Order: sequence, then C-alpha cells, then structure tokens
Amino acid sequence: MNGLLNFIRRLGAAAVEGVWRIGFAARFFMLLLRHSGQSLTRIHLTVREIYFSGVLSLLIIVVSGLFVGMVLGLQGYETLQRYGSGDALGVLVSLSLTRELGPVVAGLLFASRAGLAVTAEIGLMKTTEQLDAMDMMAVNPIARVVAPRFWGGVISMPLLAALFSAMGVFGGWLIGVVFIGVDDGAFWSQMQAAVDFRFDIMNGVIKSFVFGATVALIAVFEGYDCTPTAEGLSRAITRTVVTSALAILALDFVLTSLMFRGQS
Amino acid sequence: MRRTTLDLWVGFFVVIGVAALMFLAFKVGNLGAANGGETYLVTGQFDNIGGLKVRAPVKSAGVVVGRVKEIRFDSKTYRAVVSLSLDATYQFPRDTIGTILTSGLLGEQYVGLEPGGDEAMLKTGDALQITQSAVVLEKLIGQFMFDKAAEGSAPAN
Repeated sequence: MNGLLNFIRRLGAAAVEGVWRIGFAARFFMLLLRHSGQSLTRIHLTVREIYFSGVLSLLIIVVSGLFVGMVLGLQGYETLQRYGSGDALGVLVSLSLTRELGPVVAGLLFASRAGLAVTAEIGLMKTTEQLDAMDMMAVNPIARVVAPRFWGGVISMPLLAALFSAMGVFGGWLIGVVFIGVDDGAFWSQMQAAVDFRFDIMNGVIKSFVFGATVALIAVFEGYDCTPTAEGLSRAITRTVVTSALAILALDFVLTSLMFRGQS
Repeated sequence: MRRTTLDLWVGFFVVIGVAALMFLAFKVGNLGAANGGETYLVTGQFDNIGGLKVRAPVKSAGVVVGRVKEIRFDSKTYRAVVSLSLDATYQFPRDTIGTILTSGLLGEQYVGLEPGGDEAMLKTGDALQITQSAVVLEKLIGQFMFDKAAEGSAPAN
C-alpha cells in the first residue's frame, strides 16, 4: 500500500516538474524575444553565431545530403524498376528530400552538431559563473549571449536544409543518371512535372524553419537551465539532443498532417 | 578569428544556402515555367471525375496547357464542377470537348481538351458544353460480364 502511494507521489512530482519546465521554457522564450533587439542592432553578435552553427555544420550537411541522395537513388531505382518506372526516380528522390528527409535529417544533424555546442557553451558559462558576472556588470546575459545564439540557429537551419536537399538531389542524379543510366531528360522532366514550388518546396522550407527555431530554443534553454555542475552540464547536453530529436520527429508528424492531408 | 574573415565565411554560407534554394525552386520545382504567364479560368461539369485531383494537368494533344484549380460538387445538378486554369497563350474554341483520361494503365488522371470548330474562343468564366466522364473500371467490367452472360444465353433459346 505504502509502495503504491510512493509510486503515485513520484509520478505526481514528475508531472509537476514537467509542466513547470514547459512553463519556464515558455517564459524564457518570451524573455528571449523581448531581448532580441540587441542581436539585430549589434548584428556581428548574430553573424558570429551563424558562423559557429551554420558554417561549421556545412561539411556534415553536404556530405550526409550527398550520401542520403545516393542511397535513395540506389534503393528507389531497385523498387521502381520492378514496376517498370525507373524513370520516375527523380520524382521519388526530389519529393522525399524536399518534403521530409531534407528538413528532418538536416534538423537532427543540426541538433547534434550545433545545438549541442550551444548548450555546452552556455552551460559552461553558467557553471563558471560568467553569466552572473555579466549580470553584475549590467550586461543582460539573455540579450548578449542567449538571443544571438538562438537567432543564429534560426537563420542557419533553413539554409542548411535547402543545401541538404539540393545535395541529395545531386546525389540521386549521380547514382541514377551517371551510374545506373536512367535517361537524363526523363529524370529532370518528370521531377519538374511532379514537384510544385509552393506545395512541396515552400512547405519544406517552413518545416526547416520551425525545426530550426525549435532546436535553437531547446539548445539555449537547456544550457541556461542546467544545474551548474559538471554532472548537470552533461545531463543538459544529453537532454538537448534527446528532446530536439523527439521534438523534430513529433513536430514533423504534426506539420505533415496539416500540410499534406488528403492531397495528392 | 578576425571579423572580416568571419563575415566572409558567413557571406559564403548564405550565398550557397540561397543558391541551393534557387536550385530547388527553379531546377527541381520548375518555378519559372510553371507559374509564368497569365491564365484564364474555365469550368466544366462532369458526371463522374473518377480519381481526378486538384493540380492535375490539363492536356491538349498531349501538351500540358493548364492545371485543375478546383473541384466541387454541385448539389443542384448532382454533378462535379471542375475549374481549369488554362495558360493564356493557348486559346481554345468554345465548343471544345473536355474528357477525363488516365495516363497509362496505372498513371494519374488528367483532363484532356479536344478543340472543336467554333470561331469564338473560350474566355474566363465560360463553361465547357460537352464533357466526357472518367471511365470507371468496375462499371466497365460489370458491363463486359453482362454482355458475356447475354452472349452465352442467346444460342440456348
């Protein structure tokens, strides 16, 4: 009996803790937005963060995009060939990349490459009391440290996702047209007939934008909220990656069901 | 790192990011050709549209001349009303016939336009006078079986 009560009590504590964290994250987000002015007026702060989260993620995004596209080319051709429509390879590669794989995989890579670094940086600043020191010097740490990192992520992510999709299409073309020998004209023309700019590509861009904002918010929040110990920092970093991945996949389902429901 | 080098790298990043987006828009999505030019709207009433979807192509002689813009159900006539957005560079006579066709055996459905001989051309808001519905496979098979059965029983009598 006592064990059951204890279990329920622990469940309740976990629920309260979860709701409290969500509320804190929402208030943190509002605070962040209110102090975002400085990251625009002193643009070099944001530019520096775009360098760290965007430019340094270029290599992993380009290489992964290429490989994902090449695998799609091989596997897609294998399957399409059975139905005698190997020419539709371009459609398969481009639609799966622009609608789903581009934003989602780029988001996951972005979370583990850039989001993690942001959490570690802010967490370490908190652990070594640099944020408190800034506060003492009347420099708002949210405006000076957190907001530029958030906006840097928001700006970088759609560009990285577009690059990922473009590299993927190139990879699919490389395998399909150059190695397997699908007709070049059929590859591009079927793709162009099937892919709609507003419906497929813009929705992909919207998705990547939402994922970028989500990952950036989770990363800065976990860093800012971390327990200022070595152990707390490592736990915050783990939480960033896990929460970002779950948030991206869940949001992707929600966005897909809103955007593509009952159409084509 | 020095500020100018940093700016250079970020500029480079933004340029190739935007270039990738342009590549997706123009080479993959074919933005320039698809949305260029003006269009005019024509409607047509069909008894059965089969599996026709919004954004399906409208073809004449196999060339894409427009897209299906909207499909709704008219509760007065109990027929489907299909709005076609046609490229303004292609003009069709007023007695053009609209047919719902299927590309290949398992392909997507599209609207085929067969031009008539009228002097006057279709304008925005006009309706196609003659339409032909989609072929429904179940009906076709049912009719075939009915015919076979009738054929089989005929010599017996």
